[in-house]
Amino acid sequence: MSSRGFSGLVTLVLLLASFGIAQAQSKTEILVSAAISTKNAFEDIGRLYETTNRNAKVSFNFGASGDLARQIEGGAPVDVFVSASVTEMDDLDSKGLVLRETRVNFARNRPVLVVPAQSVLRIASFVDLQKPEVKKIAMGNPKTVPAGRYAEEVLRHYGVMDSLRERLVFAENVRQVLDYVARGEVDAGVVYVTDAMTRPKEVNVVAMAPEGSHKPILYPIAVIKGTKQESAARGLVSLVMSQEGRKILEHYGFEPVQGK
Amino acid sequence: MDGDSVLFSLRLSFQVALGATTLVVLVGTPLAYLLAMRQFRGKDLLDILLTLPLVLPPTVTGYYLIVLFGRKGAIGALVYQVTGFSIMFTWYAAVLASFVVALPLMIKASRAAIEAVDKNLINASYTLSHGALETAVRVILPLARRGIIAGAVLSFARALGEFGATLMVAGNIPGRTDTMPIAIYSKVSSGDWSTAHLMVIIFTVLSGLVLYTSNKLGKRIF
Repeated sequence: MSSRGFSGLVTLVLLLASFGIAQAQSKTEILVSAAISTKNAFEDIGRLYETTNRNAKVSFNFGASGDLARQIEGGAPVDVFVSASVTEMDDLDSKGLVLRETRVNFARNRPVLVVPAQSVLRIASFVDLQKPEVKKIAMGNPKTVPAGRYAEEVLRHYGVMDSLRERLVFAENVRQVLDYVARGEVDAGVVYVTDAMTRPKEVNVVAMAPEGSHKPILYPIAVIKGTKQESAARGLVSLVMSQEGRKILEHYGFEPVQGK
Repeated sequence: MDGDSVLFSLRLSFQVALGATTLVVLVGTPLAYLLAMRQFRGKDLLDILLTLPLVLPPTVTGYYLIVLFGRKGAIGALVYQVTGFSIMFTWYAAVLASFVVALPLMIKASRAAIEAVDKNLINASYTLSHGALETAVRVILPLARRGIIAGAVLSFARALGEFGATLMVAGNIPGRTDTMPIAIYSKVSSGDWSTAHLMVIIFTVLSGLVLYTSNKLGKRIF
């Protein structure tokens, strides 16, 4: 590379770097690491928080609950953790990384049976999956995907898991299941109700797994220990548990819960 | 959808890829020279260590980066104590992740090119009383330039599409660390398919254009 070209490149990189540094902020900012499945609901809650607390800014970091927990363990500057599974929260809790008294389950989710919107098969319940015309059923891999584990529990509850084994297609995350169904690659699939609600035109919910057919799917939230914005972080947790917070959660298909 | 956030992600992606590629060229070329021309203890180990990010799932690479560079990490803790700065959740972390993942491509391509340089020319340079450094800079690297450029272009392409390791160390913070691949993942996950489609098209076309021009320019200039 010619030396002029090289120094030009270095200048360009430094110039671009300076853009990044120039973004200073004066507001109180809290960073919320939230499970990606809660993205739409929490973005609304964040906006609501900002309108009632004028000098506050809520930033989000969305990802898989497991990855978010690893980041917090590694010392990421997070103020609030919103997990899609109790396991990950228990993990951080046992390592003393969350303020235990702020930890609370704020919502629950449910597995549902979905079919492609244009499906002509008469599937109206989990038991109908046994019909011979149902060839392929998608669900998360029970060994690796929490949604798959719940799906297996539901299918076992109805006593159809073993007879359906040949027709099951395992996906490595629940959105993949939803995508298979939306594209008509499979005849039916098991996803969370909140997933199904993101593509209402492409998939139809035909059955909801009743309470007792699976272990409760709970979403815990907690303030991270050592946060510099503890009161603001606590404020956000209270907002999630408030009437307005519940309304937003319900809007996106979550069932708000109260208590530990 | 808002165009501002798409533009931000687009700019950030190119900024990160450019930064990572610069680092990759600066660090990767000397390393490739070392691996190609010198014999030393632990050479095989170094080679394996540098190639590992190519083999490991990106989330595993990302996890290693957190363990090393996080505020509680081996290196990160030291930096935090001295400077009060932590790289996690900044766009520098995205550069770091892209750098580590792209480095093996640079090293493989330029090492092969350096090894292919005619030994007679290198020996001729030595007999004309040029030292090792002068021979490297004036004979070997210029003759291996095509491989080095190919490595840089490959690294840039890899850095531009980096997702897994970046997501771990830089996070997915809208308006701060969401590069195009991460923003697209986010949009798809939250069911915003129309924005996702648009972003995918813009990103594909722009990436293709950049690769095309860098190939053309590389051939013309060097």
